[in-house]
Amino acid sequence: MSAWWAQLSLFLGVLFNGAIMTAIVTAGSFIVSMVLGVVSAACATSRSPLLRAISSVYVEVFRAVPILTQLFIIYFGLGSIGIKLNPIPAALAGFGLNGGANLTEVFRGGIGAIDRGQTEAALSIGMTPLMALRYIVLPQAFRIVLPSLTNFAIGLLKDTSLASAVAAPELSFNANALVDRTFRSPEIYILLALFYLAMSLPLSALARNLERRSSRGHRA
Amino acid sequence: MPSWSLIAAWLPQLVVAAGGTLKLAVFSYVLGVVAGLLIAVAEMSEHRLLSSTCRVYIEFVRATPILTQLFLIYFVLPSVGIALPEFTAAVIALGLHYAAYMAETYRSGIAGVPRGQREAAQAIGMTRTETLRYIVLPQSVRIIVPPMVNSAISLLKDTSVASLIAAPELMLRANDLTSEYYMPMPLYILAGIFYFVMAYPLSLWARRLERLARRGYGAVHSVSR
Amino acid sequence: MAATGAPSLIPPPDSSPASPAPLVRIRGLHKRFGPLEVLRGIDLDVQGGEKVSIIGPSGSGKTTLLRCINYIGRPSEGHVTVSGSLIGEKLAGDHFVALDDRSLARQRAGIGMVFQRFNLFPHLTVLRNIELGPVKVLKIAPAEARERSFGLLQKVGLADKAAAYPEMLSGGQQQRVAIARALAMQPKLMLFDEATSALDPELVGEVLAVIAQLAAEGMTMVLVTHEMQFAEDISDRVIFMDHGKIVEQGPPDQIFHTPVHERTRAFLRAVLDRRAKPL
Repeated sequence: MSAWWAQLSLFLGVLFNGAIMTAIVTAGSFIVSMVLGVVSAACATSRSPLLRAISSVYVEVFRAVPILTQLFIIYFGLGSIGIKLNPIPAALAGFGLNGGANLTEVFRGGIGAIDRGQTEAALSIGMTPLMALRYIVLPQAFRIVLPSLTNFAIGLLKDTSLASAVAAPELSFNANALVDRTFRSPEIYILLALFYLAMSLPLSALARNLERRSSRGHRA
Repeated sequence: MPSWSLIAAWLPQLVVAAGGTLKLAVFSYVLGVVAGLLIAVAEMSEHRLLSSTCRVYIEFVRATPILTQLFLIYFVLPSVGIALPEFTAAVIALGLHYAAYMAETYRSGIAGVPRGQREAAQAIGMTRTETLRYIVLPQSVRIIVPPMVNSAISLLKDTSVASLIAAPELMLRANDLTSEYYMPMPLYILAGIFYFVMAYPLSLWARRLERLARRGYGAVHSVSR
Repeated sequence: MAATGAPSLIPPPDSSPASPAPLVRIRGLHKRFGPLEVLRGIDLDVQGGEKVSIIGPSGSGKTTLLRCINYIGRPSEGHVTVSGSLIGEKLAGDHFVALDDRSLARQRAGIGMVFQRFNLFPHLTVLRNIELGPVKVLKIAPAEARERSFGLLQKVGLADKAAAYPEMLSGGQQQRVAIARALAMQPKLMLFDEATSALDPELVGEVLAVIAQLAAEGMTMVLVTHEMQFAEDISDRVIFMDHGKIVEQGPPDQIFHTPVHERTRAFLRAVLDRRAKPL
């Protein structure tokens, strides 16, 4: 009986470490995605055709290719031409670039939902279009897209499981390593699913909460 | 930079593999559409146990990565006697995964038809079935189609995950060629191009459908330019 | 938009002491929205300290004209000069090029605009709405900006609402805050775009009172308005526009009581018929 318990503690310990790494990769990728998404959305809504084109190409390419392929290009591809990245930075780059493309659409929608009069009022008191975006439009757009951002974070959490394919020591990778060592795949993969549930369900609850609040009043 | 003859040697293999990707995607999508419909109907049933089971299923699928679900189907099912080959496991995993999302799409499609439509249909004496068939379902189609096309695009991209259990598709072939030729950069970029060629037209179509859905029936039936 | 034309389209500033240079000078203004021509050639001068009201039916181009003055709307043809500077464009050799964002923003800082739908920033408090411009655009020290903004709030009678958010205020209160926000930039010119048209009737008076006070203090104003009595009371000059052209302009007495053009008469008849007002 204690041997079973010892094995369970081993599994839980290894998976817990993996979960920490998953959380780190998710959080890091989220930040990178946000930055890229805001910049790309600003380009997409700018008056410069060049900036709009750059954003458009970025979004179309990164949304039409699977994340796994993007990860492999960054980790294996760049590695073969001399830019050797460790698994975690590669994952952050891959998920960040991919996420930025997805968030571009989210932020564009948010920006587009802001009444034009807001921008005009900002311009009329002497702000440049960039200042208007920064102080007036984006803060309001952010509130509108907050529910979508939480949903995006949940998707990101699940996507990080692919980082296991480039040997990042996150949850799925650790689970696979355990299975290789102990051959007890049913128990381990079921535990794996439970760990993901434990991480994503609270986020979903948060998302639903935010969705309810933002539909009540725009200053929720 | 690989030589042109090398690329020429790769291309036919990649094309075949891309065909495998499409085959996987189509089978999974059909499974998803059908299973999703069954789940949506079951969830609306008055049988409490049935509808809560569906609800739990949908929440589980949406809360765990598709890779985990794939592992469960491919590696764990054998221990209860169901050993599936790679392709089948991938179809089932992808299909059942997207079935959960499709069930939600169907639900929001039906719910998206204004209540007044139902009331008007009842007022002219239609039964519930007739209301559903002639009034609600046709209008819900307009709401449902764009997300369904977006799901198809996501599904197409998610077939790449099946490479991790060695199902025959594009990424697996790219992996094999990489271990043979040791040139991951051009190979994975080629793979990316193949995916782009398959997915981009779908995304253009999805956007067109979204625009039409927004503009209403008048736009759909008018002569298109 | 960057019209290629001889520099002589801009008349040299009139520097004779008898007639000082106008604060606003508009020459040959045209504005097209695709095939639709909304402004068909406007020439207009506004002197410093003058209060000009623009009246006319909807679609006449009044709002479009107003928005061209601070370049919120871009003219298709023609030029606008405020305080001697070309707005939105500059001379490069022998033709005109668009002004860069920063310079245009600086020009706009000197012109205040009040919008029909207020356009207050909902995510900021009333006080923050007013001091944002001075702090971020004029780079005034925050403490001083706050003090000045508070003073402006008092001036429009809303000192007690400083910490409130716009959505908690009535329409009339919001518009008064909007006026304070525009005044915070210390503009030389104020543009009012149907400032009371979106207000419930009982709230119109409080806003007109603020505008009237501003007028009495000598602010140069151009107002697009439907409030005929108000226009008559505070204007030095009234302009009647129709179909993108200035049909008639003159002192309020002339326009409202002895209009020359038949179209002016027809418009006033239609408008004033609904108000039992002896002429």
